[in-house]
Amino acid sequence: MNSNDKKVLEVKNLTVTYESEGSVVEAVNGINLDLTARKTVGLVGETGAGKTTTALSLLGLVQKPQGHVKNGKIIINGKNILEMTEKELENIRGKEIAMIFQDPMTALNPVMTVGDQIAESIVKHEKVKYEEAFAKASELLETVGIDKARAKEYPHQFSGGMRQRVVIAIALACRPGILIADEPTTALDVTIQAQVLDMMKKLKDEYETSMIMITHDLGVVAEICDEVAVMYAGHILEYGVLEDIFNRTKHPYTEGLFNSIPDINDDKIRLVPIDGGMPDPSNLPKGCVFHPRCPYADEKCKTEKPELKNISETHQVACIAYDRPGFSLGRSNS
Amino acid sequence: MTDTILEVKDMKKYFNSPKGKVHAVDGVSFSIERGSTLGIVGESGCGKSTIGKSILRLTEPSDGQVFFEGKDITEISKREMRRLRKDMQIVFQDPYSSLNPRKTVSQAIREPIVINNIIKGKDAINDRVVELMEMVGLDQRLYNTYPHELDGGRRQRICIARALAVEPKFILCDEPVSALDVSIQAQILNLMKDLQEQLGLTYIFITHDLSVVKFFSDRIIVMYLGKVVETASADDLFKNPVHPYTQALLSSIPVPDLEARKERIMLSGEISSPINPKNECRFAKRCRFVMDVCHESAPDLTEISEGHCVACHLLKTK
Repeated sequence: MNSNDKKVLEVKNLTVTYESEGSVVEAVNGINLDLTARKTVGLVGETGAGKTTTALSLLGLVQKPQGHVKNGKIIINGKNILEMTEKELENIRGKEIAMIFQDPMTALNPVMTVGDQIAESIVKHEKVKYEEAFAKASELLETVGIDKARAKEYPHQFSGGMRQRVVIAIALACRPGILIADEPTTALDVTIQAQVLDMMKKLKDEYETSMIMITHDLGVVAEICDEVAVMYAGHILEYGVLEDIFNRTKHPYTEGLFNSIPDINDDKIRLVPIDGGMPDPSNLPKGCVFHPRCPYADEKCKTEKPELKNISETHQVACIAYDRPGFSLGRSNS
Repeated sequence: MTDTILEVKDMKKYFNSPKGKVHAVDGVSFSIERGSTLGIVGESGCGKSTIGKSILRLTEPSDGQVFFEGKDITEISKREMRRLRKDMQIVFQDPYSSLNPRKTVSQAIREPIVINNIIKGKDAINDRVVELMEMVGLDQRLYNTYPHELDGGRRQRICIARALAVEPKFILCDEPVSALDVSIQAQILNLMKDLQEQLGLTYIFITHDLSVVKFFSDRIIVMYLGKVVETASADDLFKNPVHPYTQALLSSIPVPDLEARKERIMLSGEISSPINPKNECRFAKRCRFVMDVCHESAPDLTEISEGHCVACHLLKTK
């Protein structure tokens, strides 16, 4: 992990479906994603965008029998995890790749002390004695800002923000190279969210971890991510570095997201929402998945499926409107 | 000149718990002008939802008075209160659990019209249901659908239509868009603003989301552990926050703008216990300017400029 541009994670053409009683939900539809060492990539989108399913695939956690990883490759440190046995997966989960879940109230075991829960992963991966692992777990609690004397307490004795710190300590226990954070601060109050994000940033730098940050909050993205993938109905519609997405917005959906948020620095009288609602994932629109809600869509968008194309070295967009001469979005790009 | 529709005076709500009295709301006063929106913001446990419920007497306040159009509604009988609820409606946070799953869209909207005897005659009622659906942007084809067939945004539209069905003057909105995706959230916020203009509604808007509250409110109350720490017009509060808690709260909002990165005031610690609180400033434990006096008495809400009130001992030292 010396080279600066080393890819620690490659997702190629990942396709995931959930099947039940004859209906097929197309959750993730052929996405590609690269994670470079020590970078943070944000997966942004609304309910049903396929963010969480993507994250679960990375850990081999898509629930069977309904869930099927149909296609694609997920390469972590040179190995395709889709071809691994359950045993091999167990060996990399927590060690090479770890996950922080959204809801700290349910992610922890209520009948196990927090110290034990952190130590569990250390014992599994580092082949050390329990006492040693527990001592290490207590140290980790200090690292995430909790008094180590509280290692023997149970999750219900902690507040929401504290529990999320414990979840983070568990994820970081074996210093994984890749951390997947699924809406880690969504359940927290803003002042606590600020504390937790700040801590995550510091620890990520200190541990040299690469991170995938799943969120619906563009404010959180601006805070913590280096690159952003905007997802909608299982597709990546726009991809780029932070400045590409925020200052050189190219996809109509990304524009719609920005226009929908009340901005505290701007005295908007009315918001400009995106028309309509999320498409039914078991019956996705033909052509561009966003066309029924897109203010720029024309006939061609109803039939032709846009590919994610490079428009600069760092910036990709999937929108065929750019084939039209002189096309640009309404959002004023600085 | 001012036309006050609702006034809350020194409201208190204590809950009993094995460890002592929980001071959920501890002496809160405010008033709202007809046709305006009052935002109440604060983090979990600050008492904002309890205030809302106490105003409508969905939970009985422990002390204090609520005047609606000049009448003290904490004194009136349950029966009279029920009649008054026609004028005072509520929209809850979670449209998934606030609709009866066995009632269709039209049945859900029809129910309050029938119960309150607003309109008589089957045809007239049906026409009204159709009209209400149109008002909140629900397609006519959804007339006979059930809530489970609809997304969160549409369900929240049903809840709004149902509240409007009794032609209220005042609607209490308790986190009405928190469970919705941002693109849907914007649709609902716009709808609520339009309805306010059309029907001259007065809103109390309870939320934890500061950017939403700024967009939506005329005046804002910031609460911390059952007490009002600051109140001002929306513009004034965001331009000139005075209370250390308000300042920290505003600086904690992640802003989706790369150029607007700012100095963050990081609060240490977390909200303290509302059980049998001492007579001190409730924010003292997390405050970066804390002084001895903050532990000796609770500061009073003091007006610092027109319509801008702050409860902080720092004001006296300046």
